[in-house]
Amino acid sequence: MEKESLFSAKNLKLLTDPLGRSNPVTVLVLGVCSALAVTVKLEPAVVMAISVTVVIAVSSVVMSLLRNTIPNRIRIIVQLVVVSLLVILVDQVLRAFAYDVSKQLSVFVGLIITNCIVMGRIEAFALGNKPWPSFVDGIGNGLGYGLILVVVGFVRELLGSGTLWGYRIIPSSFYIANGGVYENNGLVILPPMALILLGIIIWIQRSRNKNLVES
Amino acid sequence: MKATQNFFDKIRPDFEKGGRLHFLHSTFEAFESLLFVPKTVTSSGCHVRDAIDLKRTMTVVIVALMPALLFGTWNVGFQHYLSVGREAGFWSIFLYGLGKVLPMLAVSYIVGLGIEFASAQIRGHEVNEGFLVSGILIPMVMPPDVPLWMLALATAFAVVIGKEVFGGTGMNIFNPALLARAFIFFSYPSHISGDAIWVAGLSGGTGVVDGFSGATPLAKAMVGRLPFSAMEVEKIFWGLIPGSIGETSTAAILLGAALLVFTGVGSARIMLSVVAGGYLAGLLFNAVGANAYMNLPAYQHLIMGGFAFGAVFMATDPVTAAQTKSGKWIYGFLIGVMAVVIRVLNPAYPEGMMLAILLMNAFAPLIDHCVVQANMNRRLKRARQAAQKV
Repeated sequence: MEKESLFSAKNLKLLTDPLGRSNPVTVLVLGVCSALAVTVKLEPAVVMAISVTVVIAVSSVVMSLLRNTIPNRIRIIVQLVVVSLLVILVDQVLRAFAYDVSKQLSVFVGLIITNCIVMGRIEAFALGNKPWPSFVDGIGNGLGYGLILVVVGFVRELLGSGTLWGYRIIPSSFYIANGGVYENNGLVILPPMALILLGIIIWIQRSRNKNLVES
Repeated sequence: MKATQNFFDKIRPDFEKGGRLHFLHSTFEAFESLLFVPKTVTSSGCHVRDAIDLKRTMTVVIVALMPALLFGTWNVGFQHYLSVGREAGFWSIFLYGLGKVLPMLAVSYIVGLGIEFASAQIRGHEVNEGFLVSGILIPMVMPPDVPLWMLALATAFAVVIGKEVFGGTGMNIFNPALLARAFIFFSYPSHISGDAIWVAGLSGGTGVVDGFSGATPLAKAMVGRLPFSAMEVEKIFWGLIPGSIGETSTAAILLGAALLVFTGVGSARIMLSVVAGGYLAGLLFNAVGANAYMNLPAYQHLIMGGFAFGAVFMATDPVTAAQTKSGKWIYGFLIGVMAVVIRVLNPAYPEGMMLAILLMNAFAPLIDHCVVQANMNRRLKRARQAAQKV
């Protein structure tokens, strides 16, 4: 068999497809639960995106290496062990180096184990492919997930708190309390608005790419 | 009339295919069919021909809203002059109210119709007339001092997220006007709840006469300033109380209700069942009687806050209500019950009508489904029995 280069067109496609037309959140509608929960502010959204990307990529590689040795009937339990090991590692790293954010993310770091995207990519891709493509696929899907998280987090923090990454963007003199006319939108902070924002992103994506529209 | 007709006939070619203003054709159609009957008629099949089309139905609703709107406009001024403790004549009171209400109406119509026209144009649809009523309802369920940009944002949200994404007029799940109110309620709670915002100019706090609080009857009931005196009850019925613009006067709303029921545009079933539900829930709380609010006479629930307005103009929205006859009874009854339950039991929401109607909007299709299924099962059973006898 001919040796494939590391960044062949096929591998690059694995990286770029999940950002757009096979995005895990907007097209496959996976991982929505955490996308609603951690996107009130931009910072936790970014940290969550990085954590999930790391977990998907590394667990994909590990499962891909093990794929020929695991009996088919117990593969799910093995996947769970691998994923939870990584999640615990990520959790410990966050607690050590980003304690505040880790407090904000609270239970949702642990819940990466149940994030459908992680198990989905292992089942659908890593178990049938070599380590390198599995790694690229994992990175791609993690970034695709992260992209949506960052966009939603950006809008929610800007409109809901008037800040970005904790820095004030909308000057405080604009607010009604200080004699201005502006007010933060409380609905954006609530989870339903995250769902509506996600819906709007899906709407925009589908009106640009008609292939995604079901007949 | 003839002159208008001629004018429309003259400019029509510009808007037809190939004309220089073709891109505005749905705008043209909207205005033409608002003034006259639509030019195009169905050419095949059997149809019931009736002069009442969607536009005429909507016009009846708007006429029915007029008493409440005019009274509300006057009341905005009346409450304002009461709060500053000055005497004023009828016209200066009314003009003050008009100065508050007209900008709100303008904002609601400009934003809502702007989006409707634009999206009809983009999709190549005709403009639907659903917003004619929503546009007047939205300001009527708002407090007089709500900032206009919030109103614009709420209107845009209601039209785009509440209506257009579902496919436009007739396809929406939730009542757009209530959605606009809910948007402000959850986005900017300090501008639509509390004691200071129901009277125009009160939140500024300048020149308010001593002892004037601006609290609505619902707010008073919430904090247990009960029971209402006979004079207060009378005021609540006639609407001389602070509140959202259109909701205060039960008397004016009853006038509108009479017109809606008489013309058959609004469903009397829904109105009656909402009232029945609210009244029975009130009686139930009377029986429990654990605090002052629970002891409130049940009929007073029906005249306070937005109950009457919601029952007559919001719950009867033909798009979002249940469609079947028995479905309408269940739907309305549950709205009444929920509204009173939310009022009395939930300290976070002094008024439950908006949330009750939105909640039942979501359940209306399910109610209809169950009613239709029950009907089918009953008929099947009857058919089987008949078959066995033979």
